[in-house]
Amino acid sequence: MNAAAAALAERAAAPASVNAAARARAIGAEIAARHADAVDRDGRFPTEAFDALREQGLLGVMVPADLGGAGASLFDVAAACHALARGCAATGMIYAMHQIQVACLVNHGTNDWHRALMARLAAEQLLLGSATTEKETGGDIRNSVCAVHADGGRFTLAKNASVISYGDQSDVILVTARRNPDAPSSDQALVVVTKDDYRLEKTSLWDAMGMRGTCSDGYRLEAAGVIDQILPLPYADLSAQTMLPVTHILWSSTWLGIAADAVSRARAFVRSEAKRKPGTTPASAVRLAEATAKLQQMKAVILAAIRQYELASGSPEQLTGLSFATAMSTLKVTTSELVREVVEAAIRTCGLAGYRNDTPYSLGRHLRDAHSAALMIGNDRIMSHVATQLLVQRDGLGPFE
Amino acid sequence: MVAGIRSVLAECGGLAVDAGTLAIDDDLYSAGLTSHGCVGLMLGLEEQFDVEFPEKLLNRRTFESIAAIRDAVRGLVDGGEA
Repeated sequence: MNAAAAALAERAAAPASVNAAARARAIGAEIAARHADAVDRDGRFPTEAFDALREQGLLGVMVPADLGGAGASLFDVAAACHALARGCAATGMIYAMHQIQVACLVNHGTNDWHRALMARLAAEQLLLGSATTEKETGGDIRNSVCAVHADGGRFTLAKNASVISYGDQSDVILVTARRNPDAPSSDQALVVVTKDDYRLEKTSLWDAMGMRGTCSDGYRLEAAGVIDQILPLPYADLSAQTMLPVTHILWSSTWLGIAADAVSRARAFVRSEAKRKPGTTPASAVRLAEATAKLQQMKAVILAAIRQYELASGSPEQLTGLSFATAMSTLKVTTSELVREVVEAAIRTCGLAGYRNDTPYSLGRHLRDAHSAALMIGNDRIMSHVATQLLVQRDGLGPFE
Repeated sequence: MVAGIRSVLAECGGLAVDAGTLAIDDDLYSAGLTSHGCVGLMLGLEEQFDVEFPEKLLNRRTFESIAAIRDAVRGLVDGGEA
């Protein structure tokens, strides 16, 4: 029995209950939070948190049980992203990006090659990254210049990836490319390549305002593999059914974690003020109430989106329908604006104690991290796409539509 | 009807190839049809055939080939929902 099979057998003998969110919460509070300032200051990968996530088996938690995972639901994983991001936004975001790729593999990887990789993912706790943006197309991830070059049962692929977040730490990368050299730019496939299949050459370094620990460097990627590594469903369908909804739900959950920690700090500040002057409610507590209301609003739209996803799951018709696409697109726009508003209200609550970088109420990192939200797949791009879709959209037929 | 669909495709579909060269079962997404192109195509089809696509037909499969569009439009013209 090799190491992977042994680990798989051991895991199969473990209790079925996973409670991913509770374990992620402990890692977020005890490990990610402790290193968050260093990760942010040095723009480095949150190694300590990911060592702990691996140790707890949380990287492979969404892999189906028959392949050695825990078959965790999207709700569980969203709660885990939130819990990690409360301690360190970059940790939550990397975990989210990893699980988005896992979801694509779990939902659409049906052949033996993909199933073997999922078993390895669960046994070895592999970290999955993605190469969707391209130097030539920028943020327009629904068009590719690079193409899959097939020859017999094998393929080669070369991509100028303007961003591969945590590329240095990834064990597997999912790459978008045109299906073949003659395909139009919008006819894409998603190709799964492992560290043994690709070579990365770094072309740019990530030095940004916030989310500094995601290490979103640029690379030139060159890969070769067998045809079975290519996910069979066209990327446009795969994106509509899994990539887009899961991305927006997990990103939003991560941002909710940033917002929740900002509100916690603001609440602690108001409480300490109230203790200093018993019998009076500090004036800035009104801002705390405002932040709390927006936090609740954010939570509500995320939970509604998870429910909508669950209801549509298993129905490609509903998942590729326009009203579902609009719901999942606007989710991202709404939460990405709200996270910044919540953090700003928390700063107003804490006043200079929140503005300074050396107090328990400091919110500078939260604000810088929150500003990335509206820019990751720019809100203006999304809203212009939604506006086009609305030209033909009809009232939905499901509950609450 | 197929000729009408071809002319709407040519005018509104934003394809990478000449709509006249496509066989009726060819995959339109492989021919460069995008979700943005689908919107223009659908508006053009509604105008051309005086029909309205209901919510349940608003997905990628409805527009994947000339034959699929023909079946959907024929269903609508006949008063059903394809």
